[in-house]
Order: sequence, then C-alpha cells, then structure tokens
Amino acid sequence: MSTDTAENSDVGVGDYQFGFHDSTENYAFTSRKGLDREIVSQISEMKGEPDWMREFRLRSLEIFLEKPMPRWGGDMSELDFQDIYYYVKASDHQEKSWDDVPEDIRKTYDRLGIPEAEKKYLAGVKAQYESEVVYGSLNEDLAKQGVIFTDTDSGLREHPELFRKYFATIIPPEDNKFSALNSAVWSGGSFIYIPPGVHIDFPLQAYFRINTQNMGQFERTLIIVDEGASLHYVEGCTAPTYSSDSLHSAVVEIIVNKGGRCRYTTIQNWSNNVYNLVTKRAAVYQDGLMEWVDGNLGSKLTMKYPAIYLMEPGARGETLSIAFASKGQHQDAGAKMVHCAPNTLSRIISKSISKDGGRSTYRGLVKVEKGAENCKSNVVCDALILDPESKSDTFPYIEIEESQVAIEHEASVSKIAEEQLLYLMSRGLTEAEASAMIVTGFVEPLVKELPMEYAVEMNRLIELQMEGSVG
Amino acid sequence: MSLKLKIENLHVRVGETPILKGVNLEIAQGEIHALMGPNGSGKSTLAYALMGHPKYEITEGTISIDGTNINDLDPCERARLGMFLAFQYPVTIPGVKVADFLRLAVSNVRHPERKEGESLISMREFRTELRETMKQLNMDAEFARRYLNDGFSGGEKKRMEILQLAMLKPKFALLDETDSGLDSDAVRVVSEGLAKLSGPEMGVLIITHHERLLEYNKPDFTHVMLAGKIVETGDASLAHELHAHGYAEVRKRHPEEAAQEEEQQQEATV
Repeated sequence: MSTDTAENSDVGVGDYQFGFHDSTENYAFTSRKGLDREIVSQISEMKGEPDWMREFRLRSLEIFLEKPMPRWGGDMSELDFQDIYYYVKASDHQEKSWDDVPEDIRKTYDRLGIPEAEKKYLAGVKAQYESEVVYGSLNEDLAKQGVIFTDTDSGLREHPELFRKYFATIIPPEDNKFSALNSAVWSGGSFIYIPPGVHIDFPLQAYFRINTQNMGQFERTLIIVDEGASLHYVEGCTAPTYSSDSLHSAVVEIIVNKGGRCRYTTIQNWSNNVYNLVTKRAAVYQDGLMEWVDGNLGSKLTMKYPAIYLMEPGARGETLSIAFASKGQHQDAGAKMVHCAPNTLSRIISKSISKDGGRSTYRGLVKVEKGAENCKSNVVCDALILDPESKSDTFPYIEIEESQVAIEHEASVSKIAEEQLLYLMSRGLTEAEASAMIVTGFVEPLVKELPMEYAVEMNRLIELQMEGSVG
Repeated sequence: MSLKLKIENLHVRVGETPILKGVNLEIAQGEIHALMGPNGSGKSTLAYALMGHPKYEITEGTISIDGTNINDLDPCERARLGMFLAFQYPVTIPGVKVADFLRLAVSNVRHPERKEGESLISMREFRTELRETMKQLNMDAEFARRYLNDGFSGGEKKRMEILQLAMLKPKFALLDETDSGLDSDAVRVVSEGLAKLSGPEMGVLIITHHERLLEYNKPDFTHVMLAGKIVETGDASLAHELHAHGYAEVRKRHPEEAAQEEEQQQEATV
C-alpha cells in the first residue's frame, strides 16, 4: 500500500470521473490553476526551501516551457497544463466523509479485503493511515543503523548535504519535458539512504511513511543504496488510486553503489482519467544490482520506462513489468538498459494484457556504449490480447556500439485460445473464471516475484479486471 | 437411483460440414460403454458435442440427463451437472498451478450453485484429498505444484486427466482416446486408474482404437460408429472382434454408411 495513494488523497479538487464536485475551501493553501514563475516561487516559499532549490525549480520551469511535447508514445492532445493545480496543501481537518466515496470504489476495497482504516486512507477520507505505532518502532530500529527513511521534503530539510549531493544527478531537468515539470513543482515522495553494509531484510513500504502533506501528483523519490547495502522498496497501491488529478508525473532517482542491491516494486492502479507520465532511473556501480518490478493498471495513458544505467563492470540490471490495458486505456511501458561498462548484464521481461479495446505498447531500449565489451542482455516481451478490439505493439530499440556483446530479444503475441477456455470450462469454471485464470497464469512468472500480500492482491485485481469482460 | 445420459437422433455439424447424422445412445450410471470406429467416423465429435464445445453445433436431436435437455447449456453448466471429458489432447495452461486450478474446479462442480467470487472449498481438506488421490494414482505430489500440462509428457497429460476425473467424480465420464500415444506402461497406469474410479456412480463412455483400456475396463456395451451414426451395438466381444479384424466386415454389413464414408474422404482430399 502506499503513499502514492496517500498523497493523492486530496479528493475533491476539480471535477472528476466519479462525479465529485468539491470546493477547495477546506484546503489550507491552494495555488491558482496553471503554471508560471510566480506559482513555482510560491511553492518553494510555502515549503521554506533554501535558495538553491528555488533556483533549481525556476530553471526547471524554463526548461519545461522550452521543451516540445514528445512526438511519440501516447496521445496527450487533451492534456492542458494550464488547467491543473500544481500545489495543494490539505488542511489539518479533512471534511470528506466515507459516505461520499463512490460505491464502486468502496466495493472494490471490500473485495480486496482492505482494512477499514486503510480504506479510508486510500479513499482520501483520512489524511493518513493510523500506523504511527508501527511506523515509530520501525523508524527507531532503522535509525539506529543509520538508515534514513523519510519524505523528500523532510529529506531536503534534515539532510541537506546528502540530499544536494545526489538530487537530480541521475535525472536532470533537461532529461525530458516531464522530468523538467516535476523538477519545477515536485512535492512529496520518499527519501531513503541505506548506509554501507546495511541490509534491510523486509520490504520498506512507502505505506508506512508518514507524510505531513498530501502530495502525489509530482512526487520525487531519491534512493541511495551505499556500498554493499541492500534494500527492497515497495510503493504504489493495488487498490484503485482514486484521485481528481488528471496528471501524475513523478521522478524516481536511484543510486546503487558498489556491491549494493536495490529492488523497487511498484504496483499502480490509477483511475482512468489520469495521465501517468513517470521518469524512473537508476545508476548502478561495480557489481551492484538494480531490479525494477513494475505493475501498471488503470490510468488513461501511462508512459513509463524504468531505466538502468550500468556504470561500472559487473553491474547488473533487471526489469520485470506487467501492464494491463482495459477500455479507454493506453499503457505505453517498457524499460531501458544502458550498458556503459564492460561485463555488465541486463534482463527485461515484459508482459502486457489488452482487453475491451485497451492498447498496450512495449517500448524498450537496450544500448551498449563504445568500450562496454562482453555485455549480455536478454529481452523477453509477451503480449496477451483478449479480444479483437484490443491492441498491442512492440517497439524494441537496440543500439550497439561494441562488437563483443550478446543481445537476445524474443517477443510473442498471443490470444486466449478457444481450446483453453473450453478445457477449463469443461471442468466447471465459468467463462470469466477461465479467462481470469489464463490471464493470471500469463502474469504468474512476474507476480511470484512480488511480496506475498502484493501477489495476492495483484491476482485479485486481475480477477476484478476480468469480471464481466466476457459473455 | 441411477441417472441416464440420453442422446437422441443427434445431428451435429462443424461449420458447414455435417458430422453426426442421427446418433442414438443411452448411458446409465454404473455402465461402461465402448465407442469404436474408423478415423473420421465422428467419435471425437460426439464427445465434444456432449461436452458443449461451441464449434460443434447441434442441428437436430437432443442430449438429456435424467430427462432434462442440456442442448443449450455451456460446458461449465454441463460439468456442474456431472459431465466430464478426458481430452484426447489436453490443453496447456501456462502459469496456472494444477492445485489452484483443481481447487476452483472442485469447488464449482461439488457446489454447482457457487457464484463467481464466492469462497472455495477448504484449503486443508482439499489438500489432503488431493494428496491422497494422487497417491492412489501413483502420482508424485510434486505434480500439484506444476503448471497445468505445461511441459508434461504425453503420459503425464493423460494421468492428469485421470486425476481430474478422480477429483471431480463425474456422473458421466467421456474418455476420448485416453490411451492413444502412450507406451504400454502408461496405458496400464491410466487403465488401472480408471478401473479404480469407475463404479455404480459413474457412467463411462470410452472412445478408443485399442483394446488395452478395455481389458481393464470391460465394456457392458460396444458401439460402432460409421459416417456419423452408430451402426452396431454389441457386448465386449464386438470390441474384441473389431480389434482383431478391423472395420471391413462392418462396412460390408452397412454399405450405405460405408459409401457415405468414402464420399466424405474424397471431399476431404479435394
């Protein structure tokens, strides 16, 4: 469970698909709609940030304004940057009540077996999940080992040197239009530092992080795994993130130092009015390992290609991604692997499902820089299309500037065979149960990589997505 | 009281091609029937039509269980009424564990009123039963954790069908060439398995070219199919005769159907 959701708990800003019309009077501070120097300065001032950050934000704004919209990927013609609130600080007392939450969302929470307190949190009824006690002891334990686990705004305040050393070094604002946008208006996200040699043997979940502010649209996460340390970080939420926000544009930067290991697991299920445009990148040094496990459901358009830069010999990268595109949705997702040093290894496994006219696109890049000899890369992407209205495309880009490399790419597109349905139905499964089982099996190799409770929820989510899809 | 599966004047076509042309057959619980006949005579078509394969369209006649017409029921509903088909070519379902699949199947078949999303049979009881059933069929417990038919040998697939049969305990079991493509050890295992499972509660229709399966499961009735009709019915000795002498005599005794058969074959080769 997560803060993605937590941060999106400002339900009621603007109009949204579930028919919410809520005034913003209850919020302590709301910037006006749109984006300009004044708003960006205001955000920085509200947060009491140092000058360098304000300058950074303003410079990023210029870059954002200069950069053209990407000409590839999904359709963003309906996205209006001037029609968005870039900064909303919720008041201490949320006025929203559980009864205001649309019934289908409540029902879904029930079906997912989410506890009451958590449901309210997810629905934006409660500002934060009541887990102070758990969090408190967890935090204390980690702090003893020198681990920093806080929200990014606090990270900037409380660890200014460490923060500045790494911030925006992996994804500079110049990188792309949306990283520039995030750099200008970012708020919230996680700031994590794992000191050399420290192993955290349970997944750290954004869920347990206490946010003082409910920000989710432009979160900024920075993770540093120092030499020989290891971390499994889990963010995102398997319950539908229901939010009035029409644009979610996060930046996630990760540094894995020599011999370190980092696994970053995300499952996101956005309401289907959201543009989800995320830049995620990790730099991995000697013998380090970075793994992205990325599940994308919901949203109107998702464009997300977690990247791994293999900077030094022996570095390894792996991305496992699942995309589920349903009615009116386009999942344009994939991975990037950049081999900058010899003897580096990468692997991409991507699975996508398209149904009810949904569209899924695999877009991936494997790049081998000059001098990066003896690299190996293996890419497997499988697409499952559930009906003739749905669509799947594959764009695997490979750029190689070195001859001594081994690059493999396999792609498959399949449909649910009538014979598979018949076989399962002849054993008493309904058509929907049979389809769901086939789809669950299709993603099983990835789902089994998820922490147990996420795997269970992922399967339930797929069942929910599949319900009523046939017949 | 024993139930009856009744097939009356059944006509079935696939696409535009009529395959079954008036099949009559009655199977009571506790009876073993053998269905034999040359390739292309319609044996598998009958099995699929009985199970409700959507490609096999009933144009005339009825299938009923205990007087209730099941023509319009889908395979899932038929399974819940107690029908079971052991497939000639069991299908692979990658990523789906045998145990997970079987638990859902057993929950539905034993509780036909169960709705999607309702709770499944108890995990503990199911596991115990599955383990014991597998033991009885000399199957390694590890099978339960494998993906359904994924990477299974021919023999393993057929044993998986028998395991499903054992767990679902159908009232009427149709076995479509369950003994084909197996070496003699595998045929023995499958035949013994079936013999253990059948009894007064199960009516069995065995479709086969061979005799081995019938050695272990002696048929009360043997039917011969030719050109989409059952042309002869006898006892176990008929199966023996067909096995020894082939279908030449049958064709002679039924020249009309034999001519149709020849016509069909010519059309198929054009």
